[in-house]
Amino acid sequence: MSTEATYTPSLKFSWRKLWNRVMLGLCLASALAALVPLLLIFFYTISKGAGYLNLDFFLEMPKPVGEEGGGMANAIVGTIILIATGSSIGLPVGILTGVYLAEFGNNKFANLVRFMTDVLSGVPSIVAGVVAYTLVVIPMKHFSALAGGVAMAILMIPTVTRTTEEMVRLVPDSFREAGLALGIPRWKTTIQIVLRTAFRGIVTGVLLAIARIAGETAPLLFTALGNRFWSTDLDQPIASLTVFIYDYAKAPFEDWNNQAWTAALVLIVLISLLSFAVRFVTRSRYNNR
Amino acid sequence: MQETLIEEPRTQIQKPTVRPMTEQLSAKMIARNVNAFFGKLQALYDINMDIHSNRVLAIIGPSGCGKSTFLRCLNRMHEVAGGLMTGSVTLDGRDIYETDAVLIRKRIGMVFQKPNPFPTMSIYDNVAVGLRLNGIASKKEIPEIVERSLKQAALWDEVKDKLDKSGVSLSGGQQQRLCIARTLAVHPEVILMDEPASALDPIATAKIEELIYELKKDYTIVIVTHNMQQAARVSDTTSFFYLGKLIETGETKTIFTSPSKKQTEDYITGRFG
Repeated sequence: MSTEATYTPSLKFSWRKLWNRVMLGLCLASALAALVPLLLIFFYTISKGAGYLNLDFFLEMPKPVGEEGGGMANAIVGTIILIATGSSIGLPVGILTGVYLAEFGNNKFANLVRFMTDVLSGVPSIVAGVVAYTLVVIPMKHFSALAGGVAMAILMIPTVTRTTEEMVRLVPDSFREAGLALGIPRWKTTIQIVLRTAFRGIVTGVLLAIARIAGETAPLLFTALGNRFWSTDLDQPIASLTVFIYDYAKAPFEDWNNQAWTAALVLIVLISLLSFAVRFVTRSRYNNR
Repeated sequence: MQETLIEEPRTQIQKPTVRPMTEQLSAKMIARNVNAFFGKLQALYDINMDIHSNRVLAIIGPSGCGKSTFLRCLNRMHEVAGGLMTGSVTLDGRDIYETDAVLIRKRIGMVFQKPNPFPTMSIYDNVAVGLRLNGIASKKEIPEIVERSLKQAALWDEVKDKLDKSGVSLSGGQQQRLCIARTLAVHPEVILMDEPASALDPIATAKIEELIYELKKDYTIVIVTHNMQQAARVSDTTSFFYLGKLIETGETKTIFTSPSKKQTEDYITGRFG
């Protein structure tokens, strides 16, 4: 035994090892602490809202005060329409701005744009609502789904812009050069090669932005307003889950309060489903990235 | 008679060795008084060079001597990285800096040091991308050109059963040959290679060198290399760059056996660099 060179780990006490353990423990504890709020929200919403979840909730319209049951079909569709409207304005602007900043952004104007988007991302969502109110509601003289969409677009743009910029920047120059060296014009190289390479990263940014606006209530209160009736008209006030949650949660009827929990659950599931769907559609054909 | 005998060697020294060869061979590209800059830093000083059809020109020299920069001046990639260039470079007698850069790069292809197949594309699409985005071949022609290019790049047999797999799933040497196939697909006249084998193992390197030898039948090739044995093996003409200056150009055999400049000899024999 003594002739063989065996490795025996030192069992001696050392500060270095203790320190290592302590830091590892702190990291683990922090990771758990970050998970706690998410799990709390999840379980609480399920326990409170799942009991009232039934098919009617998805198919029926809200019942008048005093009548039991009913659903939020209009709010579910309204939320989807608002997200679609906001995205169709916010995504093109955000993505193209991000591409501009990443590919042509070595000048003072780009720095200004970058600074402004940072400021915009810090603007409270209710202020975005006020802006949409001034820009859309006042000229149109009534609340509308379009105004809600504009408010949401304003909130999306900074997130989408900055993630797009970061993701496009991550594409190595060698791919741009390879494209150009094949005689492919700059704009085609940017769209077909650079954006294609950055695509999955951009999708992540887009999903984050959508998840954020889907949960917004404040900017919708005086833009899309809310609607107790069926409407898919962009020109008219439209219902949304978040505004329903806000109204129903503070209402003095227990039935409404319970429905507010269900609406919250449906909203969370809706956003998760959207994320999964987009991830599935845009998944890589190859497992290399 | 005696006077001319004395004059002769002097003119040879003053006008570097590019001259004598121009007479017998056709010059595909001609570079005159090329100076290149990165901001205030000058990378190349008055380079004059003739690049001949269907021959392999190797550019050797220590790191930072400007050989890659010169290569990038030849297809206007130097300006992509924000560099500046003065002087003239012609392709078949036309100044490439007075033509659209995109058109020039279709005629002068480039293979880079690090294999860089597009990661989001299949092997097939990597070869077809130049054809598709340039719109230079009809849909019917593309499969044929892809196959021909992969065969020319000596990669076809290895990938013909997995053309829909990712380009980056290949080994480094295969990736580099894929990049060569991608360049060949758009059918350039000149191919510039920037240390194409420096990131590869000896077997892959041998394959690339073999390939260069084959390709010279149809293309004009300029290869930048760190590896002097490689230059000696694949090239017909060799140019030695040092500190941004072209020291000497000549037949490869001459450069490696009896170089006329001391610096060339020192570099080749490994005394520096």
